[in-house]
Amino acid sequence: MPPINLTLNGKPWSVDADPDMPLLWAVREIAGKTGSKFGCGAAQCGACTMHVDGQPVRACSTPIGSIAGSKVTTIEGIEGKVAKAVQDAWVKLDVVQCGYCQSGQIMSAVALLTDNAKPTDQDIDSAMSGNLCRCSTYVRIRAAIHAAAKALEI
Amino acid sequence: MPDGHMTQSPESASRRRFLQVTGGAGVGLMVGFTWTGTSRRAQAAAAAAKAFEPNAFVTVAPDNTVTVLIKHLEMGQGVFTGLTAIVAEEMDADWAQMRAEHAPANAKLYNNTAFGPIQGTGGSTSVYNSWTQLRQAGATARALLVAAAAQTWGVPASAITVSKGVVSSGTHKATFGELAATAATLPVPADVPLKDPKSFTLVGTKLPRKDSAEKTTGKAVFAIDVVQPGMLVAVVQRPPRFGATAQAIDAKAAKAVKGVVEVVQIPRGVAVLATSYWAAHQGREALKVTWDESKAERRGTEAIIADYKALLPKPGQLVTKEGDVDAVKGAKTLKAEFTFPYLAHAPMEPLTCVVKLGKDACEIWAGDQFQTIDQANAAKTAGLKPEQVTIHTVYAGGSFGRRANVESDYIVEGVSIAKALSDAKVQGGKLAGRPVKLIWSREDDIRGGRYRPLYVHGMEAKLGADGSVLAWRHRIVGQSIMAGSPFEQPGKPDATSVEGAAEIPYTIPNRLVDLHTTTSPVPVLWWRSVGSTHTAFAVETFIDELAAEARQDPVAFRRKLMEKHPRHLAVLNLAVEKADWGKPLPKGWARGVAVAESFRSVVAHVAEVSQDDKGRIKVERVVCAVDCGIAVTPDVVKAQMEGGIGFGLGAVMFGAITMTDGVVDQANFDSYRCLRIDEMPKVEVHIVPSANPPTGVGEPGVPPLGPAVANAIAALTGKRIRDLPFAGSVSV
Repeated sequence: MPPINLTLNGKPWSVDADPDMPLLWAVREIAGKTGSKFGCGAAQCGACTMHVDGQPVRACSTPIGSIAGSKVTTIEGIEGKVAKAVQDAWVKLDVVQCGYCQSGQIMSAVALLTDNAKPTDQDIDSAMSGNLCRCSTYVRIRAAIHAAAKALEI
Repeated sequence: MPDGHMTQSPESASRRRFLQVTGGAGVGLMVGFTWTGTSRRAQAAAAAAKAFEPNAFVTVAPDNTVTVLIKHLEMGQGVFTGLTAIVAEEMDADWAQMRAEHAPANAKLYNNTAFGPIQGTGGSTSVYNSWTQLRQAGATARALLVAAAAQTWGVPASAITVSKGVVSSGTHKATFGELAATAATLPVPADVPLKDPKSFTLVGTKLPRKDSAEKTTGKAVFAIDVVQPGMLVAVVQRPPRFGATAQAIDAKAAKAVKGVVEVVQIPRGVAVLATSYWAAHQGREALKVTWDESKAERRGTEAIIADYKALLPKPGQLVTKEGDVDAVKGAKTLKAEFTFPYLAHAPMEPLTCVVKLGKDACEIWAGDQFQTIDQANAAKTAGLKPEQVTIHTVYAGGSFGRRANVESDYIVEGVSIAKALSDAKVQGGKLAGRPVKLIWSREDDIRGGRYRPLYVHGMEAKLGADGSVLAWRHRIVGQSIMAGSPFEQPGKPDATSVEGAAEIPYTIPNRLVDLHTTTSPVPVLWWRSVGSTHTAFAVETFIDELAAEARQDPVAFRRKLMEKHPRHLAVLNLAVEKADWGKPLPKGWARGVAVAESFRSVVAHVAEVSQDDKGRIKVERVVCAVDCGIAVTPDVVKAQMEGGIGFGLGAVMFGAITMTDGVVDQANFDSYRCLRIDEMPKVEVHIVPSANPPTGVGEPGVPPLGPAVANAIAALTGKRIRDLPFAGSVSV
C-alpha cells in the first residue's frame, strides 16, 4: 500500500497505514499527538474533534484513506486569533473539570466562532451538541464562547 | 463512594510528626523541602524505608516553586486546586508559585484519614479529610521558613512577617526558595499554631484552577496518552452475560489481522494484543470465543424488577425504627412504588491503564482512584509484594466512582495480560516485559457492569386531618455495593443502600425503614452520590406528594417538618429566596424544590421546567444553595454544583442500563444517552457562608436534582414520575 499524504498541523505528513484506520488513531499512535481523545469510536461524543480543511470532523470515524491530501489541524496545532480567544476564555472562566473532552470542545468552539462571530445561546447549543462532557461543564462552555466572541470584537 | 462509616478522624493522622530528610545530593527540608534533581518518589521511598512517619506534602524548590503532593486523584473535581489552596493559605504563599502533583501510592504517608489505612479518593472526602492535615503541613513549612530567616538575619521570629510568598523583617527580604536550604537544617517545631480562619486571604476566594492551562491545550496527560518503549495495546473480549467465563477460544482469524501480536486468556476474558489500538480492535472483531454461561445472570432487568417488587410486601432487615408505624390508625394513607435502573458511569476517558511488569517490579500508570488497594491487587495478581508495585497516578478523564473498586478490575486485567506475556509458553517468553496499554472501548464501558445498582422502593405515609405526617414507612430492595469489600459492616444493613433514607431531616413521630439486600452476578458500584441517587429521589418526591395531598405549599410543608434541622432549613430558605419561590412564571412553566444531605453537605435545588406544545419537557433553570462548611475554593464548589446538576439531570431524564435475557441492551452514547449542552439548564449557585470545617462537594449536587425536577413536572402536569428515567413516562 502506498503511504497516504496529508498535512498535519502545517507540516507534510506521510502515513503508512491501513486506509481504514481512523484518523484519530493515526494521529495519536503514529504521529504521537495525544491531545485529541478517544471517547466513543462512533462519532457520538466529539472528544476526537479535529479540523480537516477547516471543518470540524469526528476523527474517530474518519478513515485516514478518505482524506488524503487534506489539511488536518489538532489541538496541538491550532493557532490564530480565534483559537487564542477561545483558549484564553477557557482558562479565564476555568471551564475544565476532568479535561478529557475539552480538546474536542475547543476545536468545535473555534470552528463555530470562525463561522459565526456572534453566536446566540441557541447557535452554541446547536454547534456544540455533538460534544459530550460528562462533567457537565456546559454552563461554562456557553459562557466562555460568549466571552471569546466578545474579546474578538475588540 | 465509601464514606462516613469509617473509623479514623481526620485529626488523628494529622498529628503525625514532621521530620527532616537529608540526602547525598543536598539537604531537603521535610514537610519536605526538596531539591532539584532528586525525585520525590525516591525521597518518599527513602523516608518510608526508614520507617519514619513523615507528612510529606510540601516541597519548596530553590526556584521558589512550592509543590503540594496531592494524595487524591484529580478527576475533575478540583483537588489540585483545593488541596493546594489549603497549604498555600497557611504558608502565606503566592498562588502563582504553587504547583500540584499526584503523590505516589503509600498508605502510610498518604492514606485517606476518612477511610482508615487506605489511600483513595471517594465519598467527597478529599478536602474534608485533608483540611487539618494540610493546614498543619503548610503552617509547619511556614514556621521553618520563618526560623530560617530569623537565623540568617539574626532577628527574632516575632519580628518576621510573611506575605504572598515573601518573608521580610525591616529591610530584609527573601523568597521561600532562597530560604529553603537553611530551613531544611532546622528542627521541626512540634506544635505550630494554625491561622484564625478570619485572617484567610486565599481560602474562600476565587483562585484559578491549577490544571486549566494544560487541559485547554491538549497537554494534560491521561493514562490513555502514556507511551512506553515497546508497548503493546490490548483490548479484552469479555463475556456477553455477567458471570460467564471463556470456555473455548478460536484465535486464528484474530492473529491473522495485521498488527495483532498475541491473544491470551485472562480470568476476565480474552485479550488481543497488537501494535496499535486499531489493530487490536480489529483482532477482537475476528476473535471467536465460546462462553460457559452456567453461572451467568440470565434474567432481564424486567424480571429483576419483578423479583424485587415481589419482596416489597415482606418486612426486610431493620434500618430505622422510631415510634410504631402500625399503631397509627384511621389516618389517610398514601402509597408509592419507585424503580431505579442500573446506571453506567460512562466517564469520558474509558478505563485505561499501562502496565510494565518485570521479574521483581511492576509499574502502573492510571487515573488511579484507590492507589493502595490497586497496588495490593496488582501485587497479588503479579505474584509480587505491594512495595514492588509503583503506581503513577495521572489525571483521570472523569470517574464518578468507576475507577474506585475494591477488585481493581481494569488494573487487574492489565496486570493479568502483562503476566500472561511473561509465560514461557507464550512465544517462548519473548514478549515478557513488554509494557501493555489496556484500553476499554466505549462499548466495553457501557456493557462492562459495575453499575449503580437497580433498586425498587416502597413507601407508605399516613397523614392526619391537619396535614401532619403521622407515620412513614420506607422499604428498599437492591444489591449491596459494600458486600465483600473492606468497607462492609457485617451484620449491619448495607449503608450504601440506605444512606439518605435511614436519617431524614423531617421529624415524623412513627418511622420505619427496612431493607432487602439482593444478589446477582451483575457487578455494582458506587456512582456519584451513591445511595442518595435513589433515596433522595424517593424521600423528596414523596414528601412533595404529601404536601400536595395536604394542600400545602411544598416549601412551607418542608419548613414545618424541618424545624429541628436548622442547617437544612437555612439551605432550603436560601435556595427558594434566590429562586423567587412563589413568584409567577411564564405559562407552561413550573417550579419544584428538593433538599438533601449527603457527604456531610446539604444542597437544595429549585428547578424550573417548561413543556412545549409537543409535550416535551425541558429544564430551564436550576437555582442551587449549598452548605459545605468553609468553601475552600468557592469557584470549584460552584463548578461541582453545576456539574452535579448536569450529571444528575442526564441520569433522571434518560439514563438506564437495561438487559434482555441477561445481555445489556445499550452499547454507546447513542443508546446510553447522556446530557448534552442543548439540554443543560441555566444554573445559579449560592453558597451558605460558614465557619465550619469543609465538607464534600463532588457528589452532593446530584441527589436533590432529580426530585426537584420531578416535583416541578408534577406541578406542571400533575404527573408523578416514580419509574426512572423520566423518558419512560414523558417526552424529554
